Amino acid sequence: MTLLMEKDAPQVGERTRAARGRVRLREHLLGWLFVGPFALVFLAFLIAPLAYAAYLSLFQRKLIGGTSFVLFDNYLKAFTDPSFLSGTWFVIRFSLVAIPLQIGIALALALILDAVTSMFARFARLMIFLPYAIPTVIGAIMWGFLYSKSFGPLADVFGLFGATAPDLLSSNNIFYGLVNIVTWQWVGYYMIILYAALQGIDPSLYEAARIDGAGRWQIAFRIKIPLISPAILLILVFSLIGTLQFFNEPQILRPLAAGAIGPDFTPNMYAYQQAFGLANINYGSAISFALGGVVFVGVYAFLFFTRKRRSFL
Amino acid sequence: MKRSRLRHAMAMLAAVTALAACSGGDGGSSAGNASNCTNEIPKKNLPVVTVWGWYPNMNLVVDNFNKLNDEVQVCWTNVGQGSDEYDKFQTAIAAGTGAPDVIMIEMDRIPTFQIQNALVDIRQYGYEQVKDNYGEGAWKDVSVGDAIYGVPVDGGPVAMIYRKDLFEKYDITPPKTWEEYEQAAQKMKDAGGPLFGDFAANVSALTMALQIQKGANPFTYDPTQPKTIGIRLNDQASKDVLAYWERLVRKGLVGTEDQFTPEYINGVINGKYATYISAAWAPGYLTGAGVGKGEDSGKWAVAPLPQWDPDNPVQVNWGGSAWSVTSQAKNPELAAKVAYGLYADDESLSHGWKNQIIFPLNLKALKSSEFVEHEVPFFDGQQANKEVYVPAAEAYQGVTYSPFGQYYFDAMTKQVSALIQGSVTAEQAADRLHEDVVAYAKEQGFTVQ
Repeated sequence: MTLLMEKDAPQVGERTRAARGRVRLREHLLGWLFVGPFALVFLAFLIAPLAYAAYLSLFQRKLIGGTSFVLFDNYLKAFTDPSFLSGTWFVIRFSLVAIPLQIGIALALALILDAVTSMFARFARLMIFLPYAIPTVIGAIMWGFLYSKSFGPLADVFGLFGATAPDLLSSNNIFYGLVNIVTWQWVGYYMIILYAALQGIDPSLYEAARIDGAGRWQIAFRIKIPLISPAILLILVFSLIGTLQFFNEPQILRPLAAGAIGPDFTPNMYAYQQAFGLANINYGSAISFALGGVVFVGVYAFLFFTRKRRSFL
Repeated sequence: MKRSRLRHAMAMLAAVTALAACSGGDGGSSAGNASNCTNEIPKKNLPVVTVWGWYPNMNLVVDNFNKLNDEVQVCWTNVGQGSDEYDKFQTAIAAGTGAPDVIMIEMDRIPTFQIQNALVDIRQYGYEQVKDNYGEGAWKDVSVGDAIYGVPVDGGPVAMIYRKDLFEKYDITPPKTWEEYEQAAQKMKDAGGPLFGDFAANVSALTMALQIQKGANPFTYDPTQPKTIGIRLNDQASKDVLAYWERLVRKGLVGTEDQFTPEYINGVINGKYATYISAAWAPGYLTGAGVGKGEDSGKWAVAPLPQWDPDNPVQVNWGGSAWSVTSQAKNPELAAKVAYGLYADDESLSHGWKNQIIFPLNLKALKSSEFVEHEVPFFDGQQANKEVYVPAAEAYQGVTYSPFGQYYFDAMTKQVSALIQGSVTAEQAADRLHEDVVAYAKEQGFTVQ
């Protein structure tokens, strides 16, 4: 019996190996077939434009003298350009305030909605999510009017208590005005992600915890939050990338916030202004890549410091 | 079951969001396409020329042109006003495609686009036939050297529009000098009245014009020597004008709202500002936004721009626009026909000036007694053209514009914003603006004098 098997084994092995190879080849082709359409679009609409922009960023075009190859001069200029640096510093400060706020609120809401099961919870979930379904541009215009001194309700509301409303579009307060808009827009989205993660937890864990004498707070803090920490980390990275690339809201509010938002308010706005306002597409591309570098460093640093829980990447 | 319904709803919401995001992205980018006109083309078998423009009565102007013309038809799109349009044009220039055949541009931008070879010299395409329809100054503003880069449509003589009712209420006579303007503003404030005017960061062209009125000469540029430019943005006159407005702002006599925003227009409607220093085309835009209608009618009047030295008055200009043929025009000759003919027929012109949308440069209108003696309804029947705008336009001596107008105006906006907020003084603002623009000019390869 054993002899027989040993004698036959190589043959079987060869046959299966060949068959496996054929299957693997077929799977390979099939795989490429599935990936193909995506890869094509990905190459044509992401990689190719990126490569082209990278190529453009190595040139300099002057009104007098035309275009010349300057290698990394544009990047050197960007990292010494006060407009770019102050814009970058702004989005970093903005991230430090806006992201913890958004995620804190989203987490609290997700935990509440996970604990409450009623008609109201379902309705609340949809309503909290709703701002995310409103295009950022429309949202920004709407808030612009809400903040407005002559149209907005703020003056009336504060007037009830005999106080003057803060002008959230003035240069001192625009930071908070924008924090509010961004929080309103994104909390619902993050809440849904966290809520979905909470729903994925095995309920028997709660049962076990309760048997061990854990209360609701303890379950929330000792069981739920640690178990959804990968999801929290995920949205932290999302929001970090999104906030560093801040563009829509300040760009829309610019005409309403007299002088508080300049064309170089955030790095992305500065790149836009250079490329499309001043015809300096080369420098605009360089700023974009420089910002890309900042985002990469920021995200890498973030992941490095939280590397113990890096299970999702 | 509950879960899957939620997932469905989520997917739908996501799809709706994505769709909305997509549809927001492609607005107005494909104006080169003739099938994408805002207007109906009546004579469908004729060749079509694409046009970008933002005059409030463009609809009518285009229809008039198409009706009268049997050679070519206009396909018009409004891609935005001022900078919005220039940004799109600039992108089309960089892309080498996507620009219209004919474009409305303000005269101060002509050198900016000309230096990029984005405009066509249309002298050879019929200049001689229409030469006499415009004054010499008008042609000068659209020319670079001998080459003609635009057909003038309207000018922007600047004057002081004011609220007659507020002036009466606070017993103020229209100030003739800037000194009187400041005193009147103080008087109105002391009496508990509204703001006297507005000093905005987003109207650099007006701020420049007010500096020129005091004697500033920001740019010297000779197109035959395109590599050399003279820049003087921090001379005493420029500083004085900024300091004047800085003082008014600090004293709380004028507002600092950005202009052309809903907030500002709302303020103008509600009598938040007693005066509005602006060009002759401003009433048309205000009317379009609902100012001066209904119970507001008859509240406005206009007086000549206050002067620094009443013995030597200086008149200035803000805006004023022309039709230029772009170098992407498929048929420059045909495009030039449109540039020469559009907004040049009597009906369009008279509709334009009757509604104060344009201050016509076409002499057919400008010299007609009907225009000069017109009793302007917006100004409660005042003969505004005769009393204020025509003399201002005739005294206007022209300005040399820079080939980097957008950068200069943006840089000025930045400094004026800082000035309004009080983080710099007028002196510093002028110096910084000068340094900024000089550095930019050098970087762009100019020799700065």
